[in-house]
Amino acid sequence: MTQTENIIIESGDAVQPFSYSVGMHGSKFFTELRDNRRFMAVKCPKCKKVYIPPRGVCGECFVEMKDWVEVGPQGVIGTFTILRFAFIDPETGAQKPVPYGYGFIKFDGADTLFQHYISVEDETKIKIGARVEPVFSKDRKGTIRDIEYFKVID
Amino acid sequence: MAKRVAIVGTGQTFHKSHRPDVNGQELINEAVRRALADADLKMKDIDAIVIGNMDHFEGINYVDCWSVDGSGATMKPIIKLTTGGTTGCTVAIGGYHLVGSGMFDRVLIIGWEKNSESDTTGAITTAFDPVWDRLVFAGAISGLAAEAQAYIARYGASERDGARVSVRDRKHAMNNPHAQLRKEVTLDEVLASPMLADPIHLLDVCPRSDGACAVIMASEDVAEKICPKPDWIWATASRHSYSYLGDADYGRLTSMREGSQELWKKAGIKEPRKELDVIELYQPYSFGGLIWIEDMGIVGPGEAPRYIWDGNTDMGGELPINPSGGVIATNPIGATGLIRCAEAAMQVMGKAEGRQVPDVNFAFSSGFGGCWWTDMILHGKKKPK
Ligand SMILES: [Zn+2]
Repeated sequence: MTQTENIIIESGDAVQPFSYSVGMHGSKFFTELRDNRRFMAVKCPKCKKVYIPPRGVCGECFVEMKDWVEVGPQGVIGTFTILRFAFIDPETGAQKPVPYGYGFIKFDGADTLFQHYISVEDETKIKIGARVEPVFSKDRKGTIRDIEYFKVID
Repeated sequence: MAKRVAIVGTGQTFHKSHRPDVNGQELINEAVRRALADADLKMKDIDAIVIGNMDHFEGINYVDCWSVDGSGATMKPIIKLTTGGTTGCTVAIGGYHLVGSGMFDRVLIIGWEKNSESDTTGAITTAFDPVWDRLVFAGAISGLAAEAQAYIARYGASERDGARVSVRDRKHAMNNPHAQLRKEVTLDEVLASPMLADPIHLLDVCPRSDGACAVIMASEDVAEKICPKPDWIWATASRHSYSYLGDADYGRLTSMREGSQELWKKAGIKEPRKELDVIELYQPYSFGGLIWIEDMGIVGPGEAPRYIWDGNTDMGGELPINPSGGVIATNPIGATGLIRCAEAAMQVMGKAEGRQVPDVNFAFSSGFGGCWWTDMILHGKKKPK
């Protein structure tokens, strides 16, 4: 037998109490982003790999990382996609506006990729290797949304 | 390893997009009964159970507890393993460890999912970091699209090369009565289907399914008494590689490369392309069928499109891939990896009916998770030394 009404678990206007720590490395990253529009990465003392997002441990070497390096703010598109199918954003409960550019940005000086929006105003410019720069939010609060998106500058 | 281990029976449901006629426990029971019948065993013969799925898909945790009537685990040792997309392969590896340890002679392994019961993309998103990953993430397809895009740029492959893989798997599914999607498609149909996330079209990707799979493993002390021609497990490997989605080497599947190298070394395989007879790859989208067989060392980097266009991986070719139709035809996520394992075992045991590849000595099965995880099993006809 098919159940005709979905069971929806909700709590009226109450908000789910998720409260995530960003850690010491995340705190420095978001403080620098908010106050100085700088991107801070961390370098492994052993393999010299520069990680963004910054984190406490290099997984490959399993050593603690404390050496901060500034990367970007420009970089290139490491890889990307353009999302074209509509889906519900579990973060907001609303449909995500599509199409949008999903960029994996390789900041100048970094070895890992940083995920953010890429402007799709001109899709023909979005290519792996294209140079990009961030567009910052005017009202920065120390979150990933302090960057509005990246745009191709070639 | 204290004991050699063999698969002596498998069972699976007839997978569908929606099974409102059964609840989770009843779905699991269908697969368990089929596996017991296949091995000609009774539930009382089973010493322990390993079960798994991806909890978030149904929003019900602790399947190890609430499914006991259907799984047969009432008053028996049971453990749940869950590793995302790789779950189905991980439960098999967990069962292999339990039997191999010498502590249990006959272990029942179950993977299942009722994807119809919730929002797949929303559930997958909960597997990713809330601070760094979720802003732009759009479920499994977004990461896969980024991989395909990087592969195309690095090796000059095309959307058409991907489509060829989808055409193959959907054709193979016609031979499998358990497959959910059994409809042949043409290259042009794949390329004309809606673009979901560049370069992935709708017909390049897997569906979401309701289904379950069960596998029975036995130690060398009892395996050949249960099944005269069991499927021997030669080796397993498992690899995870990163913390955040931007850490991966897009265009290559590092976990597949490292895991399969371990597998070939353990089993003494020098040329996987020549020594393997069939592959059941956890390949949720077409481009994975290109990229990942290069990481396995079947062909060199950038060589997969040519190899596949030449028909080598079709039924009747040098090394058939996904005779079952693979994940593109059927994807009950927590069962998907175990279905690969069961299908590979059936190939070795000569029980694959209309999708049988002749004379299988070595078969490979794998699991994959959207976080670039891979685990894998090497199956063989001969008892390992
Ligand atoms: Zn390091």
